[in-house]
Amino acid sequence: MAQRTPWSLTGALRGMFQKQTIDDDTWDDLETALITADFGPDISEAVVAEMRANVAKYHTEDPKDLQRMLRESLEERLSRLDPTLHLSERPAVVLVVGVNGVGKTTTIGKFAKFLHTHGRSVLVGAADTFRAAAVEQLATWAERAGAEIVKPQQQGQDPASVAFQTVARAIETGTEIVIIDTAGRLQTKGGLMDELTKIRRVIEKQAPIAEVLLVLDATTGQNGLAQAEAFIEHAGVTGLVLTKLDGSAKGGFVLAVQEKTGIPIKLVGQGEGIGDLTGFTPHVFAAQLVG
Amino acid sequence: MATFGNLSDRLAETFKNLRGKGKLSVADVDGTIREIRRALLEADVALSVVKDFTHNVRERALGDEVNRALNPAQQVVQIVNDELVAILGGEARRIQFAKKPPTVIMLAGLQGAGKTTLAGKLALWLAKDNHTPLLVAADLQRPNAVTQLQVVAEQAGVAVYAPEPGNGVGNPVRVAKDSIKYATDKQYDVVIVDTAGRLGVDAELMKQAGDIRRAVDPDEVLFVIDAMIGQDAVATARAFQEGVDFTAVVLTKLDGDARGGAALSVASVTGRPIIFASTGEGLGDFEPFYPDRMASRILDMGDILTLIEQAQEAFDEDEARAVAEKFATETFTLEDFLKQMQQMRNMGSIKKMMGMLPGAGAMKQQLENFDEGEIVRTEAIIQSMTIAERRNSKLLNGSRRLRIARGSGMTVTDVNQLVNRFEQAAKMMKTVAKGGMPNMPGMPPMPGAGFGGRPKPQQQKKKGSKSGNPAKRAAENAALAAGVKPQAAGGGSGFGLGAGKTKDGGPSEEELAALQKMLGR
Repeated sequence: MAQRTPWSLTGALRGMFQKQTIDDDTWDDLETALITADFGPDISEAVVAEMRANVAKYHTEDPKDLQRMLRESLEERLSRLDPTLHLSERPAVVLVVGVNGVGKTTTIGKFAKFLHTHGRSVLVGAADTFRAAAVEQLATWAERAGAEIVKPQQQGQDPASVAFQTVARAIETGTEIVIIDTAGRLQTKGGLMDELTKIRRVIEKQAPIAEVLLVLDATTGQNGLAQAEAFIEHAGVTGLVLTKLDGSAKGGFVLAVQEKTGIPIKLVGQGEGIGDLTGFTPHVFAAQLVG
Repeated sequence: MATFGNLSDRLAETFKNLRGKGKLSVADVDGTIREIRRALLEADVALSVVKDFTHNVRERALGDEVNRALNPAQQVVQIVNDELVAILGGEARRIQFAKKPPTVIMLAGLQGAGKTTLAGKLALWLAKDNHTPLLVAADLQRPNAVTQLQVVAEQAGVAVYAPEPGNGVGNPVRVAKDSIKYATDKQYDVVIVDTAGRLGVDAELMKQAGDIRRAVDPDEVLFVIDAMIGQDAVATARAFQEGVDFTAVVLTKLDGDARGGAALSVASVTGRPIIFASTGEGLGDFEPFYPDRMASRILDMGDILTLIEQAQEAFDEDEARAVAEKFATETFTLEDFLKQMQQMRNMGSIKKMMGMLPGAGAMKQQLENFDEGEIVRTEAIIQSMTIAERRNSKLLNGSRRLRIARGSGMTVTDVNQLVNRFEQAAKMMKTVAKGGMPNMPGMPPMPGAGFGGRPKPQQQKKKGSKSGNPAKRAAENAALAAGVKPQAAGGGSGFGLGAGKTKDGGPSEEELAALQKMLGR
């Protein structure tokens, strides 16, 4: 790994688009590129079939046309849903959920910073009372982001009660946006998933929940869909956050997630720096991916 | 991923038209290979690995080595499983300890793979094994990773070396280097170095990891990887192999429902063995890695191989052939029926067998309702008959039936039902064996679940076209026997004793299909 390769399919597609004409190898290469980007066999096949049909329809043999059509097709698929965050409630409560190690706490730090720089007052709630030192990790991020934090009063406190206290404090102090961190949990753990439902219920006693963001790791493969389905069922996810896009993984599975669940991608994380979080723009995403 | 059927279902589908064939044709194999390819891709096995893998399977499936005792679908499953286990490594390797303590173990991996948690688990595991591990906090990058390691060490009851506060302060290479001297002085015999998570594409941090490796000269470098990782596993594993040259792999978060194809990708691409699996959030949720279990998991196959083996052992080929002859020559008797049932029972508990089938988890409820006693009771009735009665059911008059009922502890009604069903079914079998299409004379309506059409036609077709290959035919006949048996168990159907067992008692279509599938379809 001498060079930092950009996050994109460009490498995989380069050979294909540099050829003079479209031939059989092109289709194999395209499918390979899509599968390698974790789009999964179903979507890869569908995209290849669509491209084949388009190429036949427009009688083109120029790989450049194919590249443009691929970009447009992906962009169209990605932009079917509205990626806007809805934070108009006061306080706007944002619950952040996901499996272990996807970057929930880091995302919250970055998100808090993002909101803070836009002049919003932010309060974060450390409802990850399970993992060792998660509270301290969040506190460090909150400090960097210029946000207030509500910590559990004792070790191993019920996360729902921390969430409740956080929202109560926000109402009291008139804070505009509340972000609540939760412990990472695998979607197969029924008890832990029920805990999320409880956290939701408890928060809703005081204020409606503006957004439930599911954080997905771009390196995840086809299991991402199972994760999304479980979290939607138990936590009522309203938006997806795709993290770790600064690595070599392409996160193609989010397209399947978005299509199968109808939940839009809303934020994209691209690094460990506090500024490395952006809103999701289908056009930019597709352009970066396809090149 | 319940969205997709499991591989064995798909194979069964692919081979639907293959009955009667003794050998696989190229087209048959290619169709199957496509399904295997999809299954592997859905399990997140890297594409390059899938390509090599399917190539090997294809070669072997078309070769002559295939086991003739199995039907084509089973042959392929067996080949696939063999190949998977071969790639994943047969025996699990264990940690190699240094001759002269301390043994140094370095952990490396992507962010969020679970390195810090794993450090604690490994330490606890070693401590239980009478080692004195020392955890070294060399992740000075992530906020409060040092604190996390300290907490984990406390939970595991082991020592921790954390001279730097972390959060971007301090030099991890120096910390790692100093820790060795510290361990030697304090006589810790294993040093576990937790490093910061890093991306394969981050050249700077990879270089740092390489520096740490050179500074501590570890006996083991464990590459910690999330079982949920997708196609990127290959790029990441290669990057880490170049950067830190890990000696073994640890798979984490195996308690989720990811099929864990990454395990295969990493093992295949790097040639490094997977030695541990982490299966939960508790510090004790840590175990050595078993390649064969992983192979089944990747393919979502359940313990189908064990099942195949048992089926192979239990079915006596000659016996099965004899039964087939009897169908054709109209001499199928209650005695033969009894023999078939006993053969089935030799395979072990039906419930246990079903439990081994892939996807059986979903039908736990039905398994609970499956009453093996029905088979036993049917057996008892037949065994209470004289040899002559078993051979000729026409002999069974009222007083004989009363005697049999008493002898078997059943009622005359039960005996009557059994005899009626036997006669009807025997008649049907005769028709089928002669090649005719029966109108399902004796088949009473199935209670609840019912045979909804699918398994039945299959059965007919099979009986109609006997394979020229003796082994294949044996398998067919075995399946035939199986086709009879579930009916016996089902309330009010086939040879079964319907009385008192009509509610949810019978095996569902699912169960029957599953049983038939494994028995040679």
